[in-house]
Amino acid sequence: MPIDLVVNVFVAGLLTGLVYGLMALGLSVIFGVVRVVNFAHGEMMTIAMYATVVLFAALKLDPFLAVLPVAAGFFAFGYGLQAAVINPFVTRPETSQFMLLLAVAMVLVNGLLIIFGPDARNVQVAYQLESWAIGPILVDKARAFAAGAAVVTAGLLVAFFRYTLVGKAIRACADNYHGAKVVGLNIKRLYALTFGLGSVCVAVAGCAMVLLVDVTPALGMAYTLLAFVIVIVGGLGSMAGALLGGVLIGVSEALAGLFFTPSAKSMFSFALLILVLLFRPQGLLGRKT
Amino acid sequence: MTVLAKALLAALALALVALPAFANNYVLSVATLILFFAFTGQAWNVMMGFAGQLSLGHSLYVGVGAYAAAGLFVHYGIGPWAGIWLAIALCVLLGSAIGFLAFRFGISGVYFALLTIAFAEFTRIGFDHIDWLGGPGGLFLKVAQRDQLDLANLRGTPVMFYFVMLGLTAAAFAFCAWLLGSRLGYYWQAIREDEQAAQALGINTFRYKMLAVILSSAMTAVAGVFFAFYYNNLFPEQMFHIIRSIEIILGPIIGGVGTLFGPVLGAAVLTLLADGITEFLAAMGWEVPGIKQVFYAIVLLVVLMFLPKGIWPPLARKLGISKERR
Repeated sequence: MPIDLVVNVFVAGLLTGLVYGLMALGLSVIFGVVRVVNFAHGEMMTIAMYATVVLFAALKLDPFLAVLPVAAGFFAFGYGLQAAVINPFVTRPETSQFMLLLAVAMVLVNGLLIIFGPDARNVQVAYQLESWAIGPILVDKARAFAAGAAVVTAGLLVAFFRYTLVGKAIRACADNYHGAKVVGLNIKRLYALTFGLGSVCVAVAGCAMVLLVDVTPALGMAYTLLAFVIVIVGGLGSMAGALLGGVLIGVSEALAGLFFTPSAKSMFSFALLILVLLFRPQGLLGRKT
Repeated sequence: MTVLAKALLAALALALVALPAFANNYVLSVATLILFFAFTGQAWNVMMGFAGQLSLGHSLYVGVGAYAAAGLFVHYGIGPWAGIWLAIALCVLLGSAIGFLAFRFGISGVYFALLTIAFAEFTRIGFDHIDWLGGPGGLFLKVAQRDQLDLANLRGTPVMFYFVMLGLTAAAFAFCAWLLGSRLGYYWQAIREDEQAAQALGINTFRYKMLAVILSSAMTAVAGVFFAFYYNNLFPEQMFHIIRSIEIILGPIIGGVGTLFGPVLGAAVLTLLADGITEFLAAMGWEVPGIKQVFYAIVLLVVLMFLPKGIWPPLARKLGISKERR
């Protein structure tokens, strides 16, 4: 096998992996703070992708411009979902939370099916066909832009949690629920805010991902599982871990597709997940609880 | 059990035995489906409801059980009553492997649940590449004439399948009732409520959690064998899909996790609900793909919001037979 091909596939996998990483980052942030596993995560991702497709079809809006309204809408959606639906379930057993979000996921994915039907949709922009040649390596422009958007968004989120007062307050909730309550933080509002921010990650990832793959309603469940695999591999609740996990899974998917068969690619992701769970259950960059 | 509970149980048993005398094939197929989900729900409940170990990958055991018995039948003509032992053995082996790895390395809660999903998904994709079992194209059992009764090979009429499933479900119910009241059942409940406290009392939590996984996977394997011979076609994409696992656990969660009647009641409510929604939508002329699932999910949401413990515990209290645990 020519080494050029391997390197090209590797780079493509790495760039796609950064977008995966951003999607998983949303899941990780929500779990890290609210302690609720968002089983509707992939379905939200497909909603963002459809929103981008619709904006592109109706207004000729480039996906990188569509990201602004989509992200704003997702923030409101996530905030409302947490405040109105999920909040009463925060103290309930895991099975209840799981079923709740699963029901939400069912509404979302079948809502999409009713509106758009089962056919694949996509966007077509000029730079999807262009690429840069760096030596023997061809880098797709669309893929590079998508990865860039993912890195910028992740960076902004990290800065938000590190440098702003609200970000610090959210981290305080995650570190010590009762302590946060004692100093007078409005936990319900901060949880809703966190869910909103996690949804923004999904929105940006969705806008970027629609440049790389066609979207169907059925993609939601696959993305939910993918996001789980990534955050467990990287470490649930660790922001850097989510990105690292995304890159690892992106690269392993791409290389598995090249060396074996494309249909076996997620088998490698799940094998990686099982190995990580067994030998480092807190994830590669996760803290021991 | 109070006198009222015994009377209700006897009435239910009588009604179930008498049902085929009155029902047509369609009603029987719905009833068989309810019993199937009551059975698998009961099996899942042993692990989650009794011992507190959340499995989201029970499709693994249904699938492996189904494929084991179907493979033997298709390739060697070995009947289901022999194949069932291979199915159980394989599923117990898989369940023990997952349980051993998880419990040895201290994996619990959400992480354990995700591990079970991972094994099921891994197996799903793996089975796509096993040509001996049909691969993604599916494995098909020869459909014998429906009116000939051949209990040895599980070929026959819907009435036969109904009674086989009724027998299995009744046995599972009795078995679980016995388990719950046994010393083992109390160990499990102690582990479920507080594992560290249970350990401090001298309960070997590793051993009893393993036992829960083993019993649950063995029971689910039996359901898999039934599935194979009832539906006659198996596809990895369907058998191992996470949707299958979710179908299994919906019943007990809606009915009441950790209760004996919860899985049965939940299976009945959900199956009838799905059917009712289909009928309703057909009558209204709204036959858009996906709309049924939206209705179904909204009902789920409402039940979850207003009945956090499921339908059975409050119902049992109303009926005055609330000796159910939890």
